[in-house]
This record gives sequence, C-alpha cells and structure tokens, in this order.
Amino acid sequence: MRAYHYNWFLAWQSFPRFYWGLALGLELAALSLLIGSVIGLLGAFGRTFGPGWLRAAIVAYVEFIRNVPLLLLVYFAFYGLPKAGITIFNNVWSFVVALSVYSGAYLTEVFRAGVGSVPVGYTEAGKAIGLSAWQRTFLITLPVTFRIILPSLSNTFISLFKDTSLASVLAVPELTYAADWLNVNTFRTIEAWTFATVMYLCAGYAIALVLRRIERRYAVIR
Amino acid sequence: MTHAILLGLQQLLRGLRTTLEVSAIVLVAGSALGAVTGLALEYGNILVRLFARAYVDTVRGIPVLVLIFACYFGLPALGLKLSAFQAGVTALSVFAAAHIAEIVRGGINSIPRAQTDGAMAIGLGFWQRLRLVILPLAIRRMLPPWVNAAVEIVKGSALLSLLGVVELLLAMQNVVGYTFIVLPFYGLTALLYFAVNFTISRTAALLERRFAYLRY
Repeated sequence: MRAYHYNWFLAWQSFPRFYWGLALGLELAALSLLIGSVIGLLGAFGRTFGPGWLRAAIVAYVEFIRNVPLLLLVYFAFYGLPKAGITIFNNVWSFVVALSVYSGAYLTEVFRAGVGSVPVGYTEAGKAIGLSAWQRTFLITLPVTFRIILPSLSNTFISLFKDTSLASVLAVPELTYAADWLNVNTFRTIEAWTFATVMYLCAGYAIALVLRRIERRYAVIR
Repeated sequence: MTHAILLGLQQLLRGLRTTLEVSAIVLVAGSALGAVTGLALEYGNILVRLFARAYVDTVRGIPVLVLIFACYFGLPALGLKLSAFQAGVTALSVFAAAHIAEIVRGGINSIPRAQTDGAMAIGLGFWQRLRLVILPLAIRRMLPPWVNAAVEIVKGSALLSLLGVVELLLAMQNVVGYTFIVLPFYGLTALLYFAVNFTISRTAALLERRFAYLRY
C-alpha cells in the first residue's frame, strides 16, 4: 500500500472556487424553489378545484416525476430539449429547468396538503363577512397555506441544495464541480472531497438553523 | 438501422438488469447496516449513540453524488482497490443505511413506552423484548417508509452511470450515442424507471393502507 501524502495548502488555495461553487449552488436551489413553488401552487389548485382531465394530468405529472431519477431529467433538459427544437437554454438554465420541474412535482403535493389543511372555519368566516371567492383565496387560503407549509418548504430547499450537486455533470461550476476539478487537476483526492463534504454540511446546518427561526416566527397558532 | 435499434433495446434491458441488481444489493446491505445503526441510535450507550448519530447526520447532510465520488476516488487513494461497481454499491449502501437507520429508530420510537414496561414486568430480557414485543409492532410502522427508501435507491443507482457502471441510464446514453435517436430512447428509459419505481411506491401505499387500522 502506497502512503497518501496530504497537502491541505493546495486545496486551501482553491478555496474561492469552492466558495463560489457553494454560492452558485444556493442560487440554483433558490431559483428552482421559486419556479417550483409557482408550478406547485398552480398544480395544487388545479388538482383540488380543476376539472377531471386537468386533475388526471397533474396526477400523472407528479407521479411520473417522482418515480424517475433526477439525473435523467437533467440529461433530458440538456441533451433532449435541443433535439425537440428548444435550443434557448445553456447548461445552467437547462439545469434550473430540470430542477424546477422536479421540485414542482414534490411541491404540488406539499401545497395540496397545505391548501387541504386550512380550517374550513377560516373560509366560512371569509364568506360571512362578504369576501368574494378571489378575495378568500388571496386573503385567507394562500397566507394560511404558506404558514402551514413553511417547514416543508425549507426542507425542500435543503434537499434541492443537495440536488444541485448534479449540475456538475453539465459542467456548471458549483461545489461538487469544484471538488471534482481539484481532484482531477491536482490529485488532492482526499482533500477535495473532505472540503466539499464539510462545506455541504456547514451550509446545510446553517440554512436549517436560519429556516427554523423563520418557521417559528411564522408558525400557525391554533 | 433496425438492427441498431434492436441492439439498442437489448442493451437497455441489460442496463435495466444491472440497475435492478445494484438496487437489490444496496437494499439488502443498506437494510442490514441500517437496522444495526438504528438499534444503536435507540438503545446504544452514549458513545455508540454519538458515533451512530454522527454517521447518520453526516451522510444525510451531503449529496449522494459527493458520497459516490468520495468512495470512488477517495478509497483507492487510501489504498483500498475497488472497481467502479464496488465503489458505487458501497457508497449507495452507506447512504441507504443512514436513511434506513432513521426509519428503524423512528419506528421503534413510535411504540409506546408502556409496551416496554409491560414486557419488563413479565420478565423478558432485552433481546426477548425486542424480538417478541417491540419489533413485531414497529415493523408495521417501518415497512411503508422502507419500501419508499427502495424507490430512492433505484433512483440513486442512476448516479452510478457517472462512474462508468453500465446501468440503465448509461446504457441509454450509449445507445443514443450510436443510433442518434434521442427522444424515443429517453422516453423509453424514463418509462422503464417509472415502471419499476411506480410498482414499488404503489406497494408502499398499499402497505400503508393495510396497516392504517393499527393504533397503539
């Protein structure tokens, strides 16, 4: 067995690469969460109040996406969409598209559960003071739904952040790509993956800590 | 051309077989390691619990892809010679075990304390309590999430394509590479994954309904 010689300095030198990779990963996750939430919200309302064919279509979308590997969707967005005539996305945007469609399926379920768990008394109270259907939706159902699902949203964000590691296969320079770059170019294998692991862990726990505070601030008091 | 397509379909099926093999090995290894870790989390002394907790939280806190690359590049650097297949299966098993450990711990934890007290009162030892009282109750709670973990394992096995293990996803890329037929093969591959995973997740839903009547 050949001894492995550690050289942490070399890894430390490329810290900016890791740091900006982490920042890009967070941006990708945030953007996908945002687009996914719009998809999820529309999906949840369509699923709850829409006509039969729309409900069936939404169920099919959710079940299909949840049972297919994300990597397949990422490849499809990057290699498949151009073949279908959609050539407007570069590597970063095709990854955002893939992750958004992926998170949209999970968030549809999250929003649906949220909309379903708004107490009927709230909307009835809205009716009683003469609010229209739209007003009830925007002034009562949505704000309460948002508060109820906040914990699920923050969990989704953390898992999306971990999923951004897949962007490295499209050469998007995020954290995993930085580690792979260091590994391939300097053979600092252990250092590279230790760096990536520690940074993912620290970032994950830091985000969780912040989000838990926000959740407590907006928790529904029953 | 027809010949190429037929060859491609054959390769896809062979890839699917590898995917299923990887998933089966990972499910068995991950469940065994996960069960031990789960018991350690619930019943271990402070030191054992600390180790198990550190393992579970570290693995659950990083992306699977990082774990896979770390095993594939890192273990050989430390002197452990592993093929791509072995490294990938090891990484996925370590990953699955951490998740299954939480399922096991949660399942045992959800059983009321009174069951343990009752078992103690009639003089059962630790392993007897576990085998005769706690586990029969807890397994019904663990089964649905455990089956769902199998879906995650099948989905995770797609990542082994990045190490050059020719499972379904890499088989598809190979086939697309020489037939230049992109969309139909993407669709077919997605359908195969869907068929496998949908079957598993339906089973989980069925089990959940089957055990829904249990209140304890």
